[in-house]
Amino acid sequence: MMKLLTSLLVGLTLLSAPASAQTGPLRLELDQGIIEPMPFAVPNFVPDTPAAAQYAADISRVIAADLTGTGLFREIAPEAFISRVNSFEAPIQFADWKAINADALLTGAVNLSGNTLTVRFRVWDVFSGQELGNGLQFSGPTDGWRRMAHKVADQVYGRITGEGGYFDSRVAFVSESGPKDQRRKRLAIMDYDGANVQYLTDSAAIVLAPRFSPAGDRLLYTSYESGRPRIYLLDVGRVRKQELKTQDGTMSFSPRFSPDGRSIVYSLTQGGNTDLWKMDLASGQSVRLTNTPAIETAPSYSPDGSRIVFESDRSGQPQLYVMPANGGEATRISFGQGRYGTPVWSPRGDLIAFTKQNKGRFHIGVMRVDGSEERLLTASFLDEGPTWSPNGRVIMFTRETQGASGRSSLYSVDISGRNLRPVRTPDGGSDPSWGPLLN
Amino acid sequence: MNVLSKIAALGALALVTACTNNDPSALGGAGGAGALVPGSASDPRSPAYFQQAVGDRVLFAVDQSTLSPEAQTILQGQADWLLANTDYTATIEGHADEQGTREYNLALGARRANAAREFLISRGVAGNRLQTVSYGKERPIEICSTEECYSKNRRAVTVLTGSTAG
Repeated sequence: MMKLLTSLLVGLTLLSAPASAQTGPLRLELDQGIIEPMPFAVPNFVPDTPAAAQYAADISRVIAADLTGTGLFREIAPEAFISRVNSFEAPIQFADWKAINADALLTGAVNLSGNTLTVRFRVWDVFSGQELGNGLQFSGPTDGWRRMAHKVADQVYGRITGEGGYFDSRVAFVSESGPKDQRRKRLAIMDYDGANVQYLTDSAAIVLAPRFSPAGDRLLYTSYESGRPRIYLLDVGRVRKQELKTQDGTMSFSPRFSPDGRSIVYSLTQGGNTDLWKMDLASGQSVRLTNTPAIETAPSYSPDGSRIVFESDRSGQPQLYVMPANGGEATRISFGQGRYGTPVWSPRGDLIAFTKQNKGRFHIGVMRVDGSEERLLTASFLDEGPTWSPNGRVIMFTRETQGASGRSSLYSVDISGRNLRPVRTPDGGSDPSWGPLLN
Repeated sequence: MNVLSKIAALGALALVTACTNNDPSALGGAGGAGALVPGSASDPRSPAYFQQAVGDRVLFAVDQSTLSPEAQTILQGQADWLLANTDYTATIEGHADEQGTREYNLALGARRANAAREFLISRGVAGNRLQTVSYGKERPIEICSTEECYSKNRRAVTVLTGSTAG
């Protein structure tokens, strides 16, 4: 049986601090608008033995790619280095790193013992000559080397920004191939950076919009395998799926987990009318949350589980509404020009990401939960379906190009609107769902 | 496969029953059974005739699910055909163009399929013969990104799903 998301069981050990450990002054304040990326240096981690050399080099590269990929950091090319780091324990020649304008320095070592890799690292504030936080080490099996690199990068990101990272995480998405009128879709999962793609379904039936459970162990998605859209629950580790039985209706779709993972909210269509329902997963019992002749879809819970934001065309065109999690009166929060859809509450609780369609263009945007301070982050022929990074700083979404050769692919953008970048996938990609940080 | 064999069987049946067919659009100008190719579009009891001569699809305006006068004329023809050919059931597939989010278009396609279904029921077709499904924007037939293609993709297609005559 295929095993996904297997326990890497990364061991974590504090290294004794060589000097008095203290929090240095080095800090990126993300809310103050980072324009100039922070220069940092990552000399290749030192292999304890020649057998560890390739892992050491690869791990260093993945860490550097994680950090530069945020748009917040700029890597200084190794050719510029004055010092060589040949020993993890040797004193740092801070003057050599200051001379090349490195603000932060990351040093590390990699040990290979049988099938077990151990990565040790320290983060340095070059200007003050102090260590930033404490040295740490992670251990795990060799096939989890990328995860260990992501964990180191999450630590570096966290120590410099004061916020949680997002590199050791996975993204579920729909892999797309074939022309527009014969598109084949498969459910897939990958590391956040596009590595380690694994397919969870074949392309026999259309699959849509996977959604991670809060713990990252299950996926909800919609499939036409019965001939009509129905919601399925998939155990990611065992790749085992079950259909979630709903009330009679022509289709059920657009499911999303509650924050405790015990229930889902979804759309059910009956007699051409689409309303929101909630299902308790243990009992399979559903209750209706909305009852209007309008289309109600794309629901998403607030992180505390008390409210649901959703899309409805009850005003005549699609707009965003917030209602109590058990239903009841909904408050409209979107009032700008155009049509709003696919609202998703941020994991920090402070923002709602959405798709906006206006004057023939599509945008990914964010607004406060009361609808104020709307900001559009992207613009293209077709952008849709935002999903949040675990720390609420980055949004991944689907971008589709125009015309007969139109193709879907995944992009990410910082909530500042900067750092728009493609997320590489083997084929086309759509409907990303960003899972939680892994343990 | 199953449908094809049924079409062939019905084609043969159509030859026998053609002279008693009271479908107003049927056979009047056919000039006799010699011109009729069983199962082809010239056979008024064939699914091919339903698809091509009656018209298996109706189109919608942007973001709308209301039936235009033209759409109602086509659906009236579909209703007449289904009332005359009671062996058939149908699934009405609702579709949307690519403007709009995936979820909304799924729901919009369902509205369109349902509008067609309700019309057929209002003209006497039994509801239990008519299923609906929405494909949203997942199954375009035209792939350009202009109104010329979009107008053909915003559709409800009545697909004959089989015959109880088996």
